[in-house]
Order: sequence, then structure tokens, then C-alpha cells
Amino acid sequence: MKLTVNGDTIDVTAPCTIQDLLMHLDMATGRVAVEVNREIAPRSSHRETQLRDGDNIEIVHAIGGG
Amino acid sequence: MSHTDKPLTLAGKTYQSRLIIGSGKYKSFEENLAALEASGAEMITVAIRRVNLGQHKDQPNLLEVISPDRYTILPNTAGCYTAADAVRTCRMARELLDGHKLVKLEVLGDQKTLYPDVTETLAAAEQLVADGFDVMVYTSDDPLIAKRLEEIGCIAVMPLGAPIGSGLGIRNPYNIRMILENATVPIIVDAGVGTPSDATIAMELGCDGVLMNTAIAEANNPVLMASAMRKAVESGREAWLAGRMPRKLYASASSPIDGTFF
Repeated sequence: MKLTVNGDTIDVTAPCTIQDLLMHLDMATGRVAVEVNREIAPRSSHRETQLRDGDNIEIVHAIGGG
Repeated sequence: MSHTDKPLTLAGKTYQSRLIIGSGKYKSFEENLAALEASGAEMITVAIRRVNLGQHKDQPNLLEVISPDRYTILPNTAGCYTAADAVRTCRMARELLDGHKLVKLEVLGDQKTLYPDVTETLAAAEQLVADGFDVMVYTSDDPLIAKRLEEIGCIAVMPLGAPIGSGLGIRNPYNIRMILENATVPIIVDAGVGTPSDATIAMELGCDGVLMNTAIAEANNPVLMASAMRKAVESGREAWLAGRMPRKLYASASSPIDGTFF
């Protein structure tokens, strides 16, 4: 299925949870926050939340800024 | 020092340092951390951005170098031009930092001046306060808007001294004084400081703190400048507590006239 992640379209194999996606992207251990279709996906829900074809996902982190 | 100062309190937490620094424009996380240590600051502001999908997992992460256990992380909404984007950014930050409620709200109006869009800022502040955030808000040096932001429930109001990154100093000290006179929450000058004397002026006016990024990060030696800023903020604070002498138009001799032998 196709997902939009940080503006890029990627293909993943269904079924795919948020945790699966983060592992696929090599981000499972990083300190990130995730939004699915503009709703915050709490970290505690990453293992059970199934992503669906066409979902729009944002993954953010903290960077330098003033 | 014979006078004991009260610490700065923000959202129930006390800080010995009245300097808050940024994490932008540094050459490396290590340089940023060294500047943070030299500055004595206990709070550092960070931006929230998309993770680069190509990023290697062994690439260092800002929060691994600058530990949230040791420093208060102040996520900011830099780059937001609407209330909706700012609120969304704060919610992402709260999730990122495990429920951390303290945020620096800034909603910009224009790319050239980076002046705050005060109507969007007011709207975002209302939503964030209602949503349980502790909001430190960047705003213009308009005393009426500063008071409105306090009434909305912001825990600190942060007027600019001059445009972000300009290093022009405190352009309107009289407005800052009016803001201070009416305030019951901490007033922190955010933006405009270029050199330590600017920070001292802000503190001499009676500000509760100073937030700066570029003045340290773009110095030739950021770590040394961070140390200079620490002293400048402390110096200005002590001068304010001490109370300066009145200004006079004419001279006033420091040595007594009595007892002269000529």
C-alpha cells in the first residue's frame, strides 16, 4: 500500500503499524513524534495502530532553532 | 552579594539563570552544548521539523546531545505564519517530549522583518492556554498586546528588542518599561540582542530575563560570547536590584570641598 510520509510517497507491505513503519525507516529508536492524517498518534499507540492505504503521516523531531 | 535575588519562576519551576539561549545556527551540537554550558542557561529553545527520511539512525539527535534531563527544553513554533500551524506544532512538541507543556509561541507575519503577527499570536495563545499549554509568547513591544497576552493566560510575555537576528539591541526601551510596569508575569526580551551591553540594558530596565540565539551562535567565538552574555545578564540584574543613581545635567563633585588647603 502507499503512504505519504513527510511529503514523500512510499510503498509498504500491509499490514503495517506505525511501529512497523518507524522500523522500516530506521527510526524506531529515535525520539520522534508522529501524526497520522493530522491527528497526533501517541507513542503508546504505535504498536497497535494499523496504517491504511493513502494515510498521510508526518514524523518530526527537535532540531536547532531560536 | 549582600542582596539575595529571587530566582526566576516559569510554570512552577525555578531558574537561577535569567538567560535562555537558542540552538540554531551553531556549527555543531557540540559547539551548541559548550555555549550552553558557558552561558549558564538552564533553558534552551529548539525547533520542530520533519525528520529527513534518508537520515541514518546513527546520526546524532539534538536531544541526545542536549539532555532534557539536565536542561529545560523549550520547543518553539518558529517558521509558523498562522495560529493553526503554531498550535499543531505545539501539539507535536508535547508528544515528542512526553507531555511537556512548556512552549515558546511565535507566529510570524512577514519573512523580511520576522515581526510577530499579533492577531494570529493572540488566537494561537487562546487555543494553547485552553489546551493546557504553558505558553511563553514572543510578541511586539506593544504594551497593550503584551497585557492582552498576559490576560489570556500566557505564563511569560517576550517582547522583541529588535527584529529576530538583527542584533540591533533594545530599540524602544520606553515601551519595554511600559510593558514591565503593567506586568504580573515574567517579561523576557526575546530577539534583538546583538552584544552583551544590549542584554545588560534589557536587565537594567527590570526585565526578568533575556532570550537570545544569533548573538551567541554567530559570534566568532560562540562559547566565549556565551560566557560574556552570562555576565551581562547577571550584571544588568544586579544593577537593577541595586538601583542606579539619578541622571543629572551638571557635574557633582565626588571629593569634598571642605578641607582644601589651596
